[in-house]
Amino acid sequence: MRKVAIVGVGMTKFGEHWDRGFRDLVTEAGVKALEDAGMSGAEISAGYVGTMAAGSLIGQEHTGALIADYMGLNPIPITRVEGACASGSLALRQGLMAVASGMHDVVVVGGVEKMTDLDTAEVSEILGGAGDQEWELFLGATFPGLYAMMARRYMHDYKATSEMLASVAVKNHKHGSMNQFAQYQNEITIQDVLDSKMVADPLRILDCSPLTDGAAAVVLAPLDIAKKYTDTPIEIVASAQASDTIALHNRSSITGVKAAEIAAQAAYKQAGVSPSQIKVAEVHDCFTIAEIMAIEDLGFFPKGKGGEASLNGETQIGAKIPINTSGGLKAAGHPVGATGVKQAVELTWQLQGEAGKRQVSGADVGLSHNVGGSGATAVVHIYKRVN
Amino acid sequence: MKESIPLTWRKIPDRYRLIGSVCKNCNGYYFPARHVCPKCRRKGKVESYQFSGRGRVFSFTEINAPPAGFEDQIPYVMAIVELTEGARCTAEIVDVLGKDVQIGDELEMVFRKIQSNDPEGLIHYGFKFKKVKR
Repeated sequence: MRKVAIVGVGMTKFGEHWDRGFRDLVTEAGVKALEDAGMSGAEISAGYVGTMAAGSLIGQEHTGALIADYMGLNPIPITRVEGACASGSLALRQGLMAVASGMHDVVVVGGVEKMTDLDTAEVSEILGGAGDQEWELFLGATFPGLYAMMARRYMHDYKATSEMLASVAVKNHKHGSMNQFAQYQNEITIQDVLDSKMVADPLRILDCSPLTDGAAAVVLAPLDIAKKYTDTPIEIVASAQASDTIALHNRSSITGVKAAEIAAQAAYKQAGVSPSQIKVAEVHDCFTIAEIMAIEDLGFFPKGKGGEASLNGETQIGAKIPINTSGGLKAAGHPVGATGVKQAVELTWQLQGEAGKRQVSGADVGLSHNVGGSGATAVVHIYKRVN
Repeated sequence: MKESIPLTWRKIPDRYRLIGSVCKNCNGYYFPARHVCPKCRRKGKVESYQFSGRGRVFSFTEINAPPAGFEDQIPYVMAIVELTEGARCTAEIVDVLGKDVQIGDELEMVFRKIQSNDPEGLIHYGFKFKKVKR
């Protein structure tokens, strides 16, 4: 297997892009990534794109071909992959495997979702498809409802509080306020979260990530030729993926995401690093409780201590382990298929020292954690600055 | 999501009568029905099993932002129900609000209307649960 590096990254601003469509967004991100790598596009030999629900959200399937067409990349082979909210990381993993195996040399990976062309109720129903349609959603559960049941059980078992959950949103808005690509760049307080409208008890609207339009892209190349394209290649030193039951109720524990724990352990082993060596991490905070479980599943904090750690500020930039410097899904926004690729873009900037006001000093190793549904798919990547 | 008539029809045993599966090899209970025992795989001996309909609240939430088809039902309580046999399922708890429910509460199955998501289409029925009065 060859070593693989990210040699170019790009993303659109995340937000409500009423004036722009799916193909406009993904093209902007792709062109920026190619420009960042100093490429014309002729070097690209394959593409992978993650999008969860283009067929339902905009009526468009066959999005791989559409993107190759509008990027001017025909006739390269391009493949769409789907794993609900983890679609972006699955695309990254496919691209990585293609380069590592030697099947392709230079590969472009994209993630995109156009979510604001339908009304909120319709979009919510589509996102519910990340769970078990017949045995959860049809019977009256909602996607926030599933995470609410995780939160309820977590709070019951570990005596966590609504303030602990809220502190995750407050911190991510603070980080998002320093990110020009974030959907929300305003700071909020714990009281704002506690006063916001209840969605699925105990989760309030400010515990939830928003609906977002956006796209992100990265260019991958074999590490031994990466310097041709950039002075600061970022090596992907681990890629691990795991699965679990589609329905939340079939898991023995719902106070953590077992697939994420398994993927994390496999990734740490591949990279030969321990959780304490990770300097910055982008994790899947689709709901505040999800970040608390993530920082435990990843081994940053002991089981049951993630809430307290968040409330104590241990996950802020400058503290023990900066989590979601981009603002996370909560503040940067969550264009579902784009999220996993955006995590790679943010970590590339962090490890290159290009993250501006939100730069984590001394960041040399980073980790991304991307979860599909209520935890039926989980993907963990580890990235390293090349010296 | 709108359901077709054949889809609803083939769900009748599970939704109306809580019929799932038991693996006679490992004594694992599954709901809804499965063809493959996830523990024993090809060595499993999966048979049909009608659950007793008794169980306890494993976790729950009160839904305030409803999905399509449930707009006139909010607020309502959804739960993960741990059935006496050990399998779990997701279902509504009827006749209560969130404040009336606690993890561990005893439940029994009731037969109710689930939703009618199309004015000219089917009315969907199936299992829900209610608290057992002690």
